[in-house]
Amino acid sequence: MIAPTIRVENLRCGYGKRVLLDDINFSIEAGEVVTILGGSGCGKSTLLKHLIGLYKPMSGRIEIGGDDFVGASGALRERILRRFGVMYQSGALFGSMTVLENVRLPLESFSDLDEKSIDLVARLKLRQVGLEDFAAFLPSELSGGMQKRAAIARAMVLDPAILFLDEPSAGLDPVTSAGLDALIRRLAEIQGMTIVVVTHELASIAAIADRAIMLDRDAQGIIAVGTPAELAEHTDPRVRRFFLREPENHLTGS
Amino acid sequence: MDTTPPFASLDACPPGSDADFALSGRLELSTVSALWQETRQRIAGPTRIDASKVSACDGAGAALLFDLHRQGARIAGLRPEFQRLLDSLEPDKPFAPGKLAHRKPLLIRAGQFLHDWLLELRQQITFTGAIAADLADLVRHPRNLRWQDFLRQCELTGANALPIISLIAFLIGVILAFQSALPLRQFGAEIFVANLLGLSLVREMGPLITAILLAGRTGAAFAAEIGTMKVNEEVNALTTFGFDPVRFLVLPRLLAGLLMAPLLTACAEIVGLVAGALVLEGFGIPFNTFFHQVASSTNLADFVGGMVKAAVFGLEIAAIGCLRGLATGAGASAVGSSTTRAVVQTLVILVVTDGLFAMLYYYLKI
Repeated sequence: MIAPTIRVENLRCGYGKRVLLDDINFSIEAGEVVTILGGSGCGKSTLLKHLIGLYKPMSGRIEIGGDDFVGASGALRERILRRFGVMYQSGALFGSMTVLENVRLPLESFSDLDEKSIDLVARLKLRQVGLEDFAAFLPSELSGGMQKRAAIARAMVLDPAILFLDEPSAGLDPVTSAGLDALIRRLAEIQGMTIVVVTHELASIAAIADRAIMLDRDAQGIIAVGTPAELAEHTDPRVRRFFLREPENHLTGS
Repeated sequence: MDTTPPFASLDACPPGSDADFALSGRLELSTVSALWQETRQRIAGPTRIDASKVSACDGAGAALLFDLHRQGARIAGLRPEFQRLLDSLEPDKPFAPGKLAHRKPLLIRAGQFLHDWLLELRQQITFTGAIAADLADLVRHPRNLRWQDFLRQCELTGANALPIISLIAFLIGVILAFQSALPLRQFGAEIFVANLLGLSLVREMGPLITAILLAGRTGAAFAAEIGTMKVNEEVNALTTFGFDPVRFLVLPRLLAGLLMAPLLTACAEIVGLVAGALVLEGFGIPFNTFFHQVASSTNLADFVGGMVKAAVFGLEIAAIGCLRGLATGAGASAVGSSTTRAVVQTLVILVVTDGLFAMLYYYLKI
C-alpha cells in the first residue's frame, strides 16, 4: 500500500472563537516519522485532533493522500479514517473489554479474517508491544505504561497507513519508553507506516523522528521545522530554550 | 511505484524444485483472508515455501507467515525487510498459555457471593457510623461544614429539581382528581375528591413521588459524580491532603438532601392540590369549597408526618448515592454500575421505609 501523505495548508484552528494555531503549513511524506513538539499548551494535541478529524478547523485545508479531508463526508471520509490508527493520550481502551478483546475489536468489524486468524493477529500485536501475557487482563488491571502499549497495539492492528500517537512515552519509565521508540521506528522502517507523534520527550524526538515540527504558544503556530539535529542547532531562542531545557523567567511558561 | 495488483496466491511448485509451494503477491490485511484458509487446507506439517515473489507484507501478512512457520513450514526467499518483520514477531517463541477465566464450582461461587454481601454490609455499617460521627461533630463545630458547597448542593438538588417535580405533581393531581371524581359523581359526592386528594397527597403520594424523582435525578447524580472522582483519583487526593472524604463530599450532599426533600415535597403537594382544584372547578366545585374541604379533612399531624417521611427519604437518597459513589471500582463501566445500583437500592429502601412509616403512624395513631 502506498502510504498517503499529509498536507496541511493555511490551517487555522482553535476552540469557539479563540484561535490557538494560525497559518499552519506543512506536509508529511510517506514512511516519515514526524514529531509535533512544543511546550505545554502550545496546541500540539489540538493540531493532532484536527488532523484526525475530531474537530473541524476554522479555515484551511487538510489533505490525506491527495483527498480533501476537511470537506470529506460519507464514504470518502470513512475511507480516509480507515487509513488512520490513533493512540490517545490516556490510552482510551474500552474498560469493559479485556486487552485482547480491545485489540480484536477493529479486526472483527473491519476485516474478513476468521476467528483463529483474528486471534493470532491480535496476539502478535500484543507480542510486539510486549503485552502477550496480559491478553486476558482488563485495562483497569494494567499499569499506565501497559495501557499505552495496549492502545498502540490496538491502533496498529489494522496496519494503518498513518499512525497518530499522542504522547506515547509520557509517564513511562526510560526503558519502556526506549522500547516503544524502537517499536515506532520498526513500524516505520519495516512496514512503511507514516507516523505522527505528539511528544515533548527530547530523548524520543532524537530517537524516532525523521523530522520535527515545533509549535509555540505565543507565536500561535510553527516556529521551526527540521531534523532533530537541525532543531537542536537552531538559532531561534525559543527552540534553543526547549532543547537546552532552560526554564523561562516565570514558572507558568516553562 | 509498486504496481502489483492487490492479490496474493499460493501455488504448488513443480516436483524437483527447491520448494513445495510458492507464495506470491501482496500479503496484506485485505488479501490474506482467503489465502489463510487455503494454506490451512493445503499445508500441513513440514513443507518448504518459496516466498521470493511476495511483494508486500503488513502485520496481517506477517501473522500468516508466522502461522505457517509455527506449523513447521520453512519459509525461504523473503525480502530482508519482510524477514525482519517476521523475525520481530519471534516465531520460535511459543505463545504463553492464555489465562482463561474458568467458571468456579457452585459452592465457591456461593461463598464468594456471601463474602461480598457481608463485605458490603460491613461497608454500609461503617459508612453509617462515619456519617453519624461527622454529623455529631458538625453539631459541636458547625464551622467545619463547607457551607458554600452545601448551598450549591441545595441549589442543584432543590431549586433545579423544582420544574420537573412540579410537572409530575401537577399530572398526579389532575389524574387522581379526575379518576376519583368520575365514580364519586354517580353518588353526587364529587366534593369528597378534596378529602381524598388532600390526604393521599400529603401523607403518601407527595413524599413518595418526590423521593422517586429525587432518587433518579439526584441520587444517580451523586453516585456518578463521586464515582468519577474516585476513578480520577480525586478522592485519593482529598485523603492525602488530610480531608475526610465523608466530611468533604458526603456531608454537604446529605444535608442538602435532608433539607430539600421536604421543601420539594411541600411544593409538590401544593401543586398537586391546585391541579386537583382546577379539575374540580370543571365539575362545578369552586376553589374556596375545595380548599375548605381539604383543610377540614387534613390536619397538621398529617402534614408533619409527611414532612418527616420526606426528610428521611431525602437522607436515604443522598446517603446511598454517596456511598455507591465512594464504593466505585475502576474504569468507566464501574461508574455506570455504581449509578445503577444507587438508584435500584434507593428505590428498594424507599419502599421499605414507607412501609415502616405506615406501621409507625398506625401505632402512633397519626
